[in-house]
Amino acid sequence: MASRAAATQKSEKFPAPAKTAITLVVNGVSRKLEVAPWTTLLDALREHLDLTGTKKGCDHGQCGACTVLLDGRRINSCLTLAVMKDGANVTTIEGLAEGSALHALQRAFIEHDAFQCGYCTPGQICSAAGLIAEGRARTADDIRELMSGNICRCGAYPNILAAIEQVLAQRGEPAR
Amino acid sequence: MATSSFGVPTPRVDGRAKVTGEAKYAAEFRARDLAYGFVIGSTIAKGRIRRIDTSEALAIEGVLDVFTHAHRPKLASSDDKYKDEVAPDTGSPYRPLYDDKIQFSGQPVALVVAEEPEIARFAADRVRIDYEREPHVTDFDAALRHGAKPNEEHAHEPRGNAAEAFARAPVKIEREYRMPVETHNPMETYATTAIYEADGRLTVYDKTQGAPNSWNYVSNVVCIPKSKVTVLSPFVGGAFGSGLRPQYQLPLAVMAARALKRSVRVTLTRQQMFTLGYRPANVQTLALGAERDGHLASFRHEVIGITSQFEDFQRNIVGWSNQLYRSAASELHQKLVKLDQNTPCDMRAPGGAEGLYAIECAMDELAYAAGIDPLELRLINYSEVDQEENQPYSSKELRACYRQGAEKFGWSKRSREPRSMRDGHELVGWGMASGIWEAMQMPAAARAVLTANGSVEVASATADIGPGTYTMMAQIAAEMLGVPIANVTARLGDSSLPKAPVEGGSFTTSSVGCAIHAACRAIRKELIGFASKMANSPLAGVSPDDVVFADGRMRHKDDASPAVLLLDAMRAGNAERIEKEGKVKPGEKTEAIPHYNADLAHFTHSAIFAEVKIDEELGVIRVTRVVNAVAAGRILNPLTAKSQILGAVVGGIGMALHEETLTDNRFGRFMNHNLAEYHVPVNADVHAIDVIFVEEKDDAINSLGVKGVGEIGIVGTAAAVANAIFHATGRRVRDLPITLDKVMGWSKPESQAANS
Repeated sequence: MASRAAATQKSEKFPAPAKTAITLVVNGVSRKLEVAPWTTLLDALREHLDLTGTKKGCDHGQCGACTVLLDGRRINSCLTLAVMKDGANVTTIEGLAEGSALHALQRAFIEHDAFQCGYCTPGQICSAAGLIAEGRARTADDIRELMSGNICRCGAYPNILAAIEQVLAQRGEPAR
Repeated sequence: MATSSFGVPTPRVDGRAKVTGEAKYAAEFRARDLAYGFVIGSTIAKGRIRRIDTSEALAIEGVLDVFTHAHRPKLASSDDKYKDEVAPDTGSPYRPLYDDKIQFSGQPVALVVAEEPEIARFAADRVRIDYEREPHVTDFDAALRHGAKPNEEHAHEPRGNAAEAFARAPVKIEREYRMPVETHNPMETYATTAIYEADGRLTVYDKTQGAPNSWNYVSNVVCIPKSKVTVLSPFVGGAFGSGLRPQYQLPLAVMAARALKRSVRVTLTRQQMFTLGYRPANVQTLALGAERDGHLASFRHEVIGITSQFEDFQRNIVGWSNQLYRSAASELHQKLVKLDQNTPCDMRAPGGAEGLYAIECAMDELAYAAGIDPLELRLINYSEVDQEENQPYSSKELRACYRQGAEKFGWSKRSREPRSMRDGHELVGWGMASGIWEAMQMPAAARAVLTANGSVEVASATADIGPGTYTMMAQIAAEMLGVPIANVTARLGDSSLPKAPVEGGSFTTSSVGCAIHAACRAIRKELIGFASKMANSPLAGVSPDDVVFADGRMRHKDDASPAVLLLDAMRAGNAERIEKEGKVKPGEKTEAIPHYNADLAHFTHSAIFAEVKIDEELGVIRVTRVVNAVAAGRILNPLTAKSQILGAVVGGIGMALHEETLTDNRFGRFMNHNLAEYHVPVNADVHAIDVIFVEEKDDAINSLGVKGVGEIGIVGTAAAVANAIFHATGRRVRDLPITLDKVMGWSKPESQAANS
């Protein structure tokens, strides 16, 4: 407080926080960036790396729109500060497809019309990819429960469930 | 002959963009030197701003400016400039950063603009605002004690003497139902990116349900010539009515960009989403009288809803009984009370979702009072005439909805008595309701261009907030011109395209779709004209209505003779491209709609059946099954149409069980302003939902025979769930949401508490 008052008196600017150089491996590509300590992983992706596929719905970890895979695990990128993740591997929706070939979940979401406005969709798909990797979902109710951190206000839940069930079944992990 | 692609499930043409993250929403467009704005909202509900001290904020490195009512570019000074396409007729729209007056909590009072979003937000906390408070009224019950004023805009002629008929009726119920404020909460928060072009023009990416509406509004309000601004909105992350009116981030971003001569983005937080419009709270009183055989003798329905101090907003809530049932006498009233809050706005099926919740719960109560099955009671009172306008329906397959829905659900196996069905430790309840929504059409225009390489572009300034408008537009053009849908590009969300209404009210396909249909008809005519002049043409002298377009060719509909390639016809006509604009105007008979009849009533209908299971000890309510049978004219794309109904049913479950925006009346402020405390259904809350589209042919309504499906799925759903909860438990909870404390009797419903 005192330092700010002093700075103001001398009509100097109150300084913005200093930036730190970090490296994130995003979708397999090493990306160097300079971020302030208050920048979330979500804002680093959207504003610094122009990877806007990851969405901001609440900024409080309540809606799941910002879900990405961090070292293979699904996380809310809005609750993660970028500087904490120096060197980490991040997979976003932009990194799921292999070239022009869509990921099985992306195909299933289109086929089952598992979205309407599309805003929660990248988070739903990344979350579903994390769910499949966790190997915990055995029944439809398991999927519903384990996908409940991702809100879809358009209410596409039955179709999201159908899309995930289809991909699990293709992998020989039927959810019933 | 090729079969029609109408009625064939068609995946979204923008599906790939949405699953790969390529679809860009309003806050996702880049610009060189982009600055970021953060909105500061008022902490008081009523009063004025005495002083704003921005010096501390301005002293922070990276802060560019702080705009306030005392420091801002010129804004329009007359009400008409602030009246957007959807503004209520009565009142004066709120003016962002106009003066020192505070009209609602959260009203923007300053915009901090900085080099980085975090700096803007941090600096916003350093702006000191001194308010002069005045007493506010945000408590609905307190306001009710001062009386409500009749809403003349929704006055209904009484039919017969409803009071007398009610007094005489051998079977009757009189009940009060309540609904809280609900907040739309689309997943994307409101945002505007105003890009300042080198020549001073502005390209504005806005989250809106109507780019033309935003364009008109912002150029009027911020005093920019219309030719210097374009509003784009290619993707919208949900809206549900909240984007029908331009939201305040739009003028704020544009005024900042103009003042700073650089691009500015303003994004609202989730908390700020609760400072926009909302579904207004209401109290509805219904008095229904019937003969012993169930025929309605008297239908009385009164609603008192909330609005702001500065605008009267209310939709048709009580009129629906006249449009749905047959009743000898009727008396309907709509009233308003004014609160120190922002003006409410349309939220999915505005008015219908509210009215049918109460009407259909009351019909269920009447069924029990009369000892008649709830479905049977609806059939007894089935109407062939809209009694509001005294007009027959252009089509009404509601009987088929009841029949097919009941069959799919297994309604005949229901035991009538409450608490008579169970599954282990859970009580089982089955309830049903009817739904109705008006099938409207608005003036709209669209352009279609066929190019000699076989590609088609269709364009209209409409929006796609999620229903699949891009796909609908492409599908109609593909069908009309007989080309693969992959050859068609659809463009929308651009104020410079042919004018379209806001996307809402379930009227986009009937309006924009029919305009595309008209544009493509004009292209067909030109192609037939070219083809008929070709040597030995099989189409010479053939009427356009007898020509079939398929597989890139056209041919006489009953003729096996050679078809003409569209591209050959274009070559014969020496045309590189054919461009046509199509327009529709409601109430107009044209050659595209020879059976149109303006003297018929146009409505969509539904029958909803719901099963709940309620833990007898814990009161936990699960909606385990819903069957929603819908009659909505022709269904162009069953895949996306089904999604509309599914999603609206989920919205209806939210209305019934979860959603409630709570006010802290000490501060006059919504307090559960986040997605952890404003509950919406999540995946685990949603179980089996079956959607049935019953066959309904309607050639008297519009050129496509469509009625729209955006609203109908939510109408009646909350009532079906509420009625199922009564059937399961024997307890009528008449104020939404029906939470477990109310079901278990742990807390008295507000309506009863007020009387005790």
